[in-house]
Amino acid sequence: MPQSEALHRRNAADFCYFALRNMTQSIDGWRVAVTAVAGLVAVPLLVIISSLLRPTQGIFDHLVEHVLPGILTNTAWLVLGVSLGTLLLGISLGWLTGACDFLGRKTFSWALLLPLAMPTYVLAFIYLGLFDFSGPVQTAFRTHFPHSGFSFPDIRSTAGVIVVMILALYPYVYMFARSAFMTQGKSSMEAARTLGLTPTGTFFRVCLPMARPWIAGGLMLVIMETLADFGAVSIFNFDTFTTAIYKAWFGFFSITAAAQLSSILVFIVFLFIILEQLSRRRMRYTQGGGLGLETSRIKLVGGSNWAAFLFSLSVLLAAFVLPFIQLLSWTVEVFHLEFGSRYFWLVGKTLFLASIAALVICSVAIVLAYAKRRHRDHYTSGLTRMATLGYALPGTILAVGIFIPVARLDRVIVHWLNSYFGYEASTFLQGTLIIMFTAYLVRFIITGFNPIDSATQRITPSIDEASRLMGVKGFSLLRRIHIPMLRNGLLTALILVFVEVMKEMPITLMTRPFGWDTLAVKIFELTSEGEWERSALPALALLLAGLVPVILLMRKSEK
Amino acid sequence: MKHRLLIISIAATLSFVSISGVFARELVVYSARKEHLIKPIFEVYTKKTGVKIKYLTGKAGALLERLKAEGPNSPADLLITVDAGNLWHAAEEGLLSPVKSDTLQRNIPSHLRDSQNRWFGLSVRARTIVYNTKKVDVSELSTYEALANPRWRDRLLLRTSKKAYNQSLVASLIVEHGEAKTEKIVRSWVGNLAAPPFSNDTKVMEAVAAGLGDIGIVNSYYYGRLMKKKPSLPLTLFWPNQKGTGVHVNVSGGGVAVHAKHRKEAVHLLEWLSTEEPQSVFAGANMEYPANPRVKVDPIVAGWGEFKENPISVAKYGEYQAAAIRLMDRAGYR
Repeated sequence: MPQSEALHRRNAADFCYFALRNMTQSIDGWRVAVTAVAGLVAVPLLVIISSLLRPTQGIFDHLVEHVLPGILTNTAWLVLGVSLGTLLLGISLGWLTGACDFLGRKTFSWALLLPLAMPTYVLAFIYLGLFDFSGPVQTAFRTHFPHSGFSFPDIRSTAGVIVVMILALYPYVYMFARSAFMTQGKSSMEAARTLGLTPTGTFFRVCLPMARPWIAGGLMLVIMETLADFGAVSIFNFDTFTTAIYKAWFGFFSITAAAQLSSILVFIVFLFIILEQLSRRRMRYTQGGGLGLETSRIKLVGGSNWAAFLFSLSVLLAAFVLPFIQLLSWTVEVFHLEFGSRYFWLVGKTLFLASIAALVICSVAIVLAYAKRRHRDHYTSGLTRMATLGYALPGTILAVGIFIPVARLDRVIVHWLNSYFGYEASTFLQGTLIIMFTAYLVRFIITGFNPIDSATQRITPSIDEASRLMGVKGFSLLRRIHIPMLRNGLLTALILVFVEVMKEMPITLMTRPFGWDTLAVKIFELTSEGEWERSALPALALLLAGLVPVILLMRKSEK
Repeated sequence: MKHRLLIISIAATLSFVSISGVFARELVVYSARKEHLIKPIFEVYTKKTGVKIKYLTGKAGALLERLKAEGPNSPADLLITVDAGNLWHAAEEGLLSPVKSDTLQRNIPSHLRDSQNRWFGLSVRARTIVYNTKKVDVSELSTYEALANPRWRDRLLLRTSKKAYNQSLVASLIVEHGEAKTEKIVRSWVGNLAAPPFSNDTKVMEAVAAGLGDIGIVNSYYYGRLMKKKPSLPLTLFWPNQKGTGVHVNVSGGGVAVHAKHRKEAVHLLEWLSTEEPQSVFAGANMEYPANPRVKVDPIVAGWGEFKENPISVAKYGEYQAAAIRLMDRAGYR
């Protein structure tokens, strides 16, 4: 034993030595930036994981015994179901609108993204309102067919939650899959076709494997969003990891037990990330140019044309049109009750926060993606992954993980300012938007990073080499060559982050300064009082505000 | 690039400006009671006294954690929250400081406030039985405990055990019957459920009205709100345990933050909230019962009938909350 321990130590020492030497040899701005961002994400993660060392007076044991078995099964089903469903919808719709041509393709291609603007918790309460036992659908059925004996399946079930989350989250896979299919270039597809592959064969043997990293990126977002969701599952009273975390915190008042459960969640997500990395380890995806699929789109005719149309239409109806109409009709009912001039402020502040956050987060994401591209070593890619882990944490837990260290830091700063400059106030960072933006950054950096990263992967090294030969390098390479080339990826990132921040609820609730209520906060206030119908107004406002950038995104990428 | 920097610096400046606009007489409230339920009353207070009230709403647990993290730097003067369990925990964590006030002692009955005067109930809500008048005869009804009877099999509907209101109800049962007997009762409740627990009281009542089940347990004001919107629903409240301990009541209330920067003003607001006019507004805005027994109940609420309330100190709910949750987990009450 002692021998192997010594060996371990030596190995560890060697490792540290090489790591250090490696680092010092190649310190540069990019790497420092990655380290800084990863460090920022590490702070709340460490705060949370350090909870494992603290006792919880048996609360954790109780949860492990009576709560954990159930929620593990539930969470596993949920992740599995939502992953499969979003893959199925996302890839098929992405293929249809990205590589085929059918009735209404142009409209569907952007309209199918609209559910992005719909928060999962809003979709959940709409679906529950419509399809629950006491909802209009079942009630109407009972009145018209009182003796049919038919009973609807309970929507408040595992399947019900899964369906709602698929409808809310499929756009993530769809948008990545579609852009992958669109930019694969006609050359690869034509090559496949000349080699005698049928359209179906081309799809499964060439296009789908080639689109894998993009689809995986979208799926990771879906999985993390599913794991961190609290709103939708609690509306369905479906117990998952997050509901157990909330129980530990808001029921047992043990932030420690809550953080311990969150650590398990972080661990699970970490596994997913490693799996994803392993699965595409030796693949390098570089793409010759060649947009402009227009000429080689697969024309669907006859039955398949109609099938594609009906399929797209039914997804659009279920995920967007139906919930939108329900929101509208509730809004009409409650408008006189709920509307006031404060709504202009709510909308304004929501938009303001989302735009600033999108700009900040995407700037950081560019730096990360670029650093990762520059340095293809374990240190950089490991830290880049680390920097995107924040998405896995339920927002509130993340907020606490940031709030606690910032509050401590604040005390130090205030003390210091006070003794050297006679600064009077009792807070410096707290009560400003800085905490909130930091939390947004930690949580949503992956949302900005993924599309930008996918886009940078397409800039071939030869482009860099050519540019360098022309004397363009360093920052000006980024600015003059890459950013224009990244335009679509960047735009996607900006809009995704914008929409995500707009929908974000728990971080905003916990870290906002006075007077920074957003539409999501308003929705929380009303829904937590069971006032679903009244919350339709802020939900509709949120949806409309989110639609603008989403439509913009599609219009741009359509060109 | 330049644009981006400009926007960021504007944002930073704005956020600093927003905190530096300090008024001479102002008060900071952290509230788990929602904006639309506290704003009207604060406006009255500001008009009367000239004291401006800034408030921040959120979930009770998150607000407590924020208070804790902010420590001595916290800007909060007053904490307002729903459910006695939350108030009890805030006091236990040392976030509230005792208030010596004859006005509060006089206006708020002793079972609705902390024995060390760190928090005071300001409005009372009854958690009671609601039933479908077409399917239940009132003679069938007696107590919360009797809902464990097999006659209610597939007829009972409940809200999730994750809600503090149910945790408090079970906590009060533990105080009265002990854990073993209470667990048996809760197990039988779960066995009698006609559908899995709902996420909120309104859904419970809608399902009772639609006939998914016959009977449920809800807070009185949710009933008031629903009936105001849909008066034709076949629902009525029943006041249980009238021959025994009485109806389970809970409070929303407040206490002065331990690091309050405007302690005097905070105490004054709390005292004012316990007096007649604000009491009827505070309770009436949400169809609750005033905590001050001398204040008249809102006429609609009074129409639901008078009842004997359980005189147990609501502080006990906090004390037994963890035990209640464990018990409900064991009993399979989701």
